[in-house]
Amino acid sequence: MKNKIFPTFLVFFFLSIFFIFFKGLQNSNIYIPNTNLEKNIPSFIAKLFDSDDNISSEEIFKENKFYLMNIWASWCVPCREEHSFLMNLSNEKNIEIIGFNYKDNNAKAKSFLSELDNPYNLIISDKDGTLSIEWGAYGVPESFLIYNNKIIKKIIGPIDKDLFFEIKELIQ
Amino acid sequence: MASLIGYYSLIFGLCSSFFIIFFSVKNFKDSSTFNNKILSLTFLQLFFVVVSFFGLILSFVNSDFSNETVFNHSHTTKPLFYKISGTWGNHEGSLLLWLLVLTLFIFLFLLKSKTQTKKYRILTLLFQQIIIIGFFIFLIKTSNPFNYIFPIPSEGLGLNPILQDPALAFHPPILYLGYVGSSIIFSSTLSAASLNYISKDWAKHIKEWVLISWIFLTLGILLGSIWAYYELGWGGFWFWDPVENVSLMPWLALTTLLHCILVLEKRLALTSWVVILSISTFTLSMCGTFLVRSGILNSVHTFASDPERGLFILIFLFCLIFLSLFIFFFFHKVEKKNMKNFFWLSKETSILINNWFMMYFLSVVLIGTIYPIFLEVISSDKISVGPPFYNKLIIPFLIPFLLAMAIGPKLDWIKSEFQIKLYSVLFLIISISLSFLIIKNLSVNFLLNTILVSSAFYLFFITLRDFFDKKFKLFSQTLAHFGFSLFILSILFNNIFSTEIITNLKIGETFKDDKFKINFEKIEKRNEQNFKEIVGKFSIENHNGDVDILEPAIRIYNQPNISTSEADIKTNLLTDKFMTMNLIQNQEYFSIRYQIKPFMLWIWFSVSLISLGGLISLFYRKYEK
Repeated sequence: MKNKIFPTFLVFFFLSIFFIFFKGLQNSNIYIPNTNLEKNIPSFIAKLFDSDDNISSEEIFKENKFYLMNIWASWCVPCREEHSFLMNLSNEKNIEIIGFNYKDNNAKAKSFLSELDNPYNLIISDKDGTLSIEWGAYGVPESFLIYNNKIIKKIIGPIDKDLFFEIKELIQ
Repeated sequence: MASLIGYYSLIFGLCSSFFIIFFSVKNFKDSSTFNNKILSLTFLQLFFVVVSFFGLILSFVNSDFSNETVFNHSHTTKPLFYKISGTWGNHEGSLLLWLLVLTLFIFLFLLKSKTQTKKYRILTLLFQQIIIIGFFIFLIKTSNPFNYIFPIPSEGLGLNPILQDPALAFHPPILYLGYVGSSIIFSSTLSAASLNYISKDWAKHIKEWVLISWIFLTLGILLGSIWAYYELGWGGFWFWDPVENVSLMPWLALTTLLHCILVLEKRLALTSWVVILSISTFTLSMCGTFLVRSGILNSVHTFASDPERGLFILIFLFCLIFLSLFIFFFFHKVEKKNMKNFFWLSKETSILINNWFMMYFLSVVLIGTIYPIFLEVISSDKISVGPPFYNKLIIPFLIPFLLAMAIGPKLDWIKSEFQIKLYSVLFLIISISLSFLIIKNLSVNFLLNTILVSSAFYLFFITLRDFFDKKFKLFSQTLAHFGFSLFILSILFNNIFSTEIITNLKIGETFKDDKFKINFEKIEKRNEQNFKEIVGKFSIENHNGDVDILEPAIRIYNQPNISTSEADIKTNLLTDKFMTMNLIQNQEYFSIRYQIKPFMLWIWFSVSLISLGGLISLFYRKYEK
């Protein structure tokens, strides 16, 4: 009898470890440094996408309004995935979507938008990518939810269904 | 094209697994000799994996961006060397490397084990095939390195700049040879346990594989550590980062096994313990892969995380654990004879003491690494376990460990006479007085440091004497232990004597304190193929009036656009002078960090000595035969 207790115990022990790891996997594992959140957005002056005019960040971001700053490029494959969600969000009244066109060719970017439609209220051209780095972006696509000139959420990678509903809830 | 060949090679490789299993099972039951068809099939499988691996390398070299892995991790402006090393600098490619090592080792095992019995060889092959099939399916299903993307992007996203370093190009392959190589120990132990084949001869045969894995694992960890020191610019060589820990855990288990197997070889004792250690070494490697690849932890090594991958490895890992438990409890026969009493003063007792300490160190590292996950699941508290935890729990226990290491190898097997030699007392006195002289004027914890340094010195002197006394008998063991004493001494001195200055400076400004004068002379811009660089020029004058010029840099890589801080390190025999600079946003100041780190070179050197000890032992055994 004594011989059976130890193996049974071990099996239960490992099963419980399995369970804990399994639970751990379901926790969100994208770590966003706290320092990036609730931070004031960086101020900048940049060139507009469809004209040669410059625009400053103060002119774009007003207080008491939600903005979704979205970094995209025509060559970026996941950007296509999230595009439908952006189109959907652009129908919302209380959010404006600001596009950062990252390291892109203007003609290609335009054909991308004419193919998939344009969700952006305003697009800024970020030819050399420095502007996005200034924001602390890791890559494309990436989105920042902004309210009162503060970043309240940072999304790394494409917006998916869950994130889409989360944004919708936040801006209500 | 290369991607396509690579992909189909993978499928063929998986198929050959089923042929191998079919012929092995048939061969296991019938004829008395080993069917050479199996050996050819194993070679064929290895060949398919090699073709697949070269297919991926070729895609990287040609910058074939229709391949998703290449698109995500390469760029046309990358130097050729980093295009190639980028092959294993990502999740998919590194798993292909896993598979390559798995198939390579089983093929070599079959070649080298011709003197062993047929059943044992075939069963080992079968266990290894279970692992191989698991990884084939994992690779093809969740992390296919040959995914096709359309439309074909004209440019890739680039390799993470911190991975663009020569040490890191060699770190993964060498580490994997040790890390994954332990699979062969796992398979052959399970096979030997189920056939009741464990004997002195088996111990002798498996010890070679333990040694090979151990040497590569040690060197792999060393390379990773060198990379962290030179590239990450944090001014240290070990950070107790979870991912470093998961490579250390199999190392600790493997080192324990390496010692324990000696007892099995000489006295046919501790068989169950050897089985448990062999199983846990590979299980810890797999567990490490799970922790790193599932994204359950965050660290420099966690590649893009994907819960599906995590779940697959988790289930696979626990299948292997339960398979091992099943074999251990139902097939492995514990012989009563094994319970021979050990005399308290004998080599086997001292090896057992070594094992206890190693298990203690292993538990500390294991708990420190996975406890935060447990806590988060149970109570949703986030904690982070850092160096103070490990230092406080491990360092004091090094004292008895070092002393046992000095005395243990001197004892005889079975029974030793208790005697005090004059030289050992003499060395003890010298060690204590030497450390007393070194520590007394420093503002560190006096008692603990004196005892620590003396015990390290004691081991140092004892092993040093052995080189001359033993006339190259047990040379490899003495060398490894000598290396270890040097290693501990270097780390201790490195901690005790380092100094650090952190300050903010403008160009042209000078920082001054009672020891140093740091003058920020100018900055220069440089352009390279894959990055631009801002180089600062600093002259540092110490209190003797010697002037050093250091030129740390900030690099801005073009693909992906990431800036890294490059430390400038002046290395000489005794100390490293280490300097980094960082931009401060929207300020004309630079943040400067200047460190003096003594004995850095000796840390690398001593670890090399330790693995050299292993290497000599491997070849020395060949001469014996």
